[in-house]
Amino acid sequence: MGRARTIARRTFLIGSAAIAGGVAFGVYAVRTPHDNPLRQSLAPGEATFNPFVKITGDAIVLILPHADVGQGVQSLQAALIAEELDVDPAHVTLSFGQPDAAYYNTALAADLAPFMPFDDSRMAKTVRSALGGAAKVMGIMATGGSSSVPDSYDKLRHAGAVARETLKRAAADQTGHDVTSLRTQGGAVILPDGATLPYTALAATAARVEPVTEVSLRDPSEWRLLGKPMQRTDIISKSTGTQTYGIDLRLEGMVHAALCTNPRQGGAMLGYDAGDAKKMRGVIDVVPITGGVAVVADNTWRAFQAIEAIRFDWGPAPFPAEMQGHWDAVAASFIEDNLDKTWRDEGDVGAVLAAETLSAEYRSPYVAHQPLEPLSAVVRISDGGAEVWAAHQLPRFLQDKVAAVAGCAPEDVLFYNQFAGGSFGHRLEFDFITRTAEIAVQMKGTPVKLTYRREEDFIHDYPRQIGMARAQGKVKEGKVEAFALDIATPSVAASQASRLGQPIMGPDGQIVAGAWTMPYAIPHLRVRGFRTPELAPVSSWRAVGAPVAGFFAESWLDELIHAAGADPLAERLRLCTNPVHMKVLEAVAEMSNWGGSAMSAGQGRGVAMVESFGVPVAEVVEVTQTPEGIRIDKVFVAADVGRVLDPVNFENNVQGGVIWGLGHAINAEITFSDGVAEQDNFYTHEGLRFHQAPEITVRGLENGPSVRGIGEPPVPPAAPALANAIFAATGQRLREMPFNKFIDFA
Amino acid sequence: MKLTVNGTEHEIDVEDDMPLLWVLRDVLGITGPKYGCGIAACGACTVHMDGVAVRSCQVAAADVDGKITTIEGLGTPEAPHPVQAAWIDHQVAQCGYCQSGQIMQAAAFLGFNPDPTDDQIDAAMGGNLCRCGTYPRIREALKSAAAKLGAG
Ligand code: FES
Ligand code: FES
Repeated sequence: MGRARTIARRTFLIGSAAIAGGVAFGVYAVRTPHDNPLRQSLAPGEATFNPFVKITGDAIVLILPHADVGQGVQSLQAALIAEELDVDPAHVTLSFGQPDAAYYNTALAADLAPFMPFDDSRMAKTVRSALGGAAKVMGIMATGGSSSVPDSYDKLRHAGAVARETLKRAAADQTGHDVTSLRTQGGAVILPDGATLPYTALAATAARVEPVTEVSLRDPSEWRLLGKPMQRTDIISKSTGTQTYGIDLRLEGMVHAALCTNPRQGGAMLGYDAGDAKKMRGVIDVVPITGGVAVVADNTWRAFQAIEAIRFDWGPAPFPAEMQGHWDAVAASFIEDNLDKTWRDEGDVGAVLAAETLSAEYRSPYVAHQPLEPLSAVVRISDGGAEVWAAHQLPRFLQDKVAAVAGCAPEDVLFYNQFAGGSFGHRLEFDFITRTAEIAVQMKGTPVKLTYRREEDFIHDYPRQIGMARAQGKVKEGKVEAFALDIATPSVAASQASRLGQPIMGPDGQIVAGAWTMPYAIPHLRVRGFRTPELAPVSSWRAVGAPVAGFFAESWLDELIHAAGADPLAERLRLCTNPVHMKVLEAVAEMSNWGGSAMSAGQGRGVAMVESFGVPVAEVVEVTQTPEGIRIDKVFVAADVGRVLDPVNFENNVQGGVIWGLGHAINAEITFSDGVAEQDNFYTHEGLRFHQAPEITVRGLENGPSVRGIGEPPVPPAAPALANAIFAATGQRLREMPFNKFIDFA
Repeated sequence: MKLTVNGTEHEIDVEDDMPLLWVLRDVLGITGPKYGCGIAACGACTVHMDGVAVRSCQVAAADVDGKITTIEGLGTPEAPHPVQAAWIDHQVAQCGYCQSGQIMQAAAFLGFNPDPTDDQIDAAMGGNLCRCGTYPRIREALKSAAAKLGAG
């Protein structure tokens, strides 16, 4: 147990250290077991204990480990440090840093615990903090589960405060002024006479003073940046074509690759003939990779052309070749043997539902992620190491994966994370990284850029899980009396973990996410998850389980409320037991003037509320029947994240999440025929288009007990709120996505 | 063949059917125009040919007939085009990957129609996909750019 003792000894290790010409500040959180990653990259004589702030003679560098997939989290992480450090995020250097266990994500693991995020029982807290500890020890460095903000909120502000107070101490030593007479502003210490000492000019002294680690965080009422509209640090580059993404990288001597693997994902390659491809202009080589081949050429288009000239002989898919087989497998899993867990069982559902009841069946299809930037990576393999340039959400697993291909140690894989042209969960997978490494291993020393053709990307998407629900219920005297929901899907966690070589234990809460956390006091309430054995491989899609289970739950609740003859919003409020959730419902009622203004004929209004990742979100959708089909006019959204740190970006993320949820509910699914995904570009799987986007009004509430992220939670209520609005407008109940299979949209 | 991009003339040696998008990105190293779909379904590759918005993934190198302007030639971080300035003001971008194409589409459109109706905006922007869902902000930014351009 040497490791355990090391951990104990490093408890409370906090410090700063001299580096060449400057200082690196140390802010280890309590019980940090990991060595500081910057230590390895510092020149001789340099040292640092700090994973987040480094100040040299000429630069202030903030190291912000969470991947930016478009949610703006690099900018927000910078603001968290800057708020305490008193620097302008636009005038410091921002870096993703190198992957390291020191950047463990505690918030993500905490949310994996099978307790309601709002459950503050002692047991829940104990398990949550134990899992947080496990993430720390295992050094899980991850961006996902809307966890970046909760993970960073205290940690990064603390980092900024320690650096600030230590710099003040250094200024006091250097000038002889009393430290209490000093203040900080704009990256400088301000002396009593108003003279300024830039932090960079204090770096050398700060390296020698005892770091000030007893700091208190500023009260939100004193904030300059957080909670107020701020300009994202990437907004100018992204508006002028000067932002570089992974796909844009150009390295000296780089070659361009394209690949083709079995379109029946995971199937074998039986043979191929690349005779024609090899003769094509610009083609450098054709090399085998796992499950297919890659062409290496002198530019991307020539690699694409050559790959399309290869003839392949593919093996069968390792899952049902036709959709019927998938639906049959899901339908067959509503049996005792497949019961994953009974998550809620209140009242006496069995007895109440033994008599005549209402019932319905729901379906949710496979859906692709397909961020607009196709998957790409650049890898260079050298003797004993590898370098990787790509956008990815799991940097440390990426190091392991590349190390296995390159035959080196994980720490010898240098990873340079890139801004991503979207992810939605797509960059949690590793094929595009390992395949690039497989090509690069065959041409050591040469940087290889692999770019996926859109079609290749689509048909190997690892889509959102397919799912079904069987619902039963009963109403009595105008109220919902009983609500029972059985949900069957394959386990996303198990599918992803199998590709990480990690065992997954216990029931999968994502099968019922958004359903089992319903804050409704229905007298007889049961929610059960059934696990369908893996079919096509699936992966986390923005908000993971809740866009599926939340659609089932909030649609079925709406059906029961209508059957009871009650008002959808008033009845939800009546049933709601959590004051935080009540407030989001009340907010959308007020914003939409629910009950105040009558809808005219052909119009309809629907509401849904789903909690995911600890954030309750209520949405009201308004639709109109037009000759061209249903038009979505307006959406009103209220979300409670505990504290809105960046209001403009918050609104943007919410609007985007609603559009994501609506668009895919309307028109997107992946279907398999002959084992191949039938949708391979945006014309058959597009999401919402510009002219379909409604007006979206957003309100952020701050009643929740902790600070939460907003990347995913706006997604789950969108589909049920739309289905409920369409029912109100047309009387037609949509129980299967995508809705355009049953009804037209303008 | 010769190609004028952002005011600079280039001599290139490529296949006639190589799409302009890849000539720009891989031959000339101009990476503002993005590859999204390759089949005219997303608009990420939009550039101007003599001021007209075209999908560069659909224009063969041999068919280029006019001066090409990419997002890099429209404006710069120091001196953004009014459409870019509006995009910055409204903080439109999330991942930003579609925005070069959105901005080029909007700039060409406003060049021809500086005072558009909502329906005209819908028709002009319908081919530019944004997977992040920034459409509400694109609409606002486009309208405020129109107001500024009209006033100028
Ligand atoms: S890449 Fe040209 S339209 Fe999509
Ligand atoms: S901002 Fe990401 S695709 Fe438009």
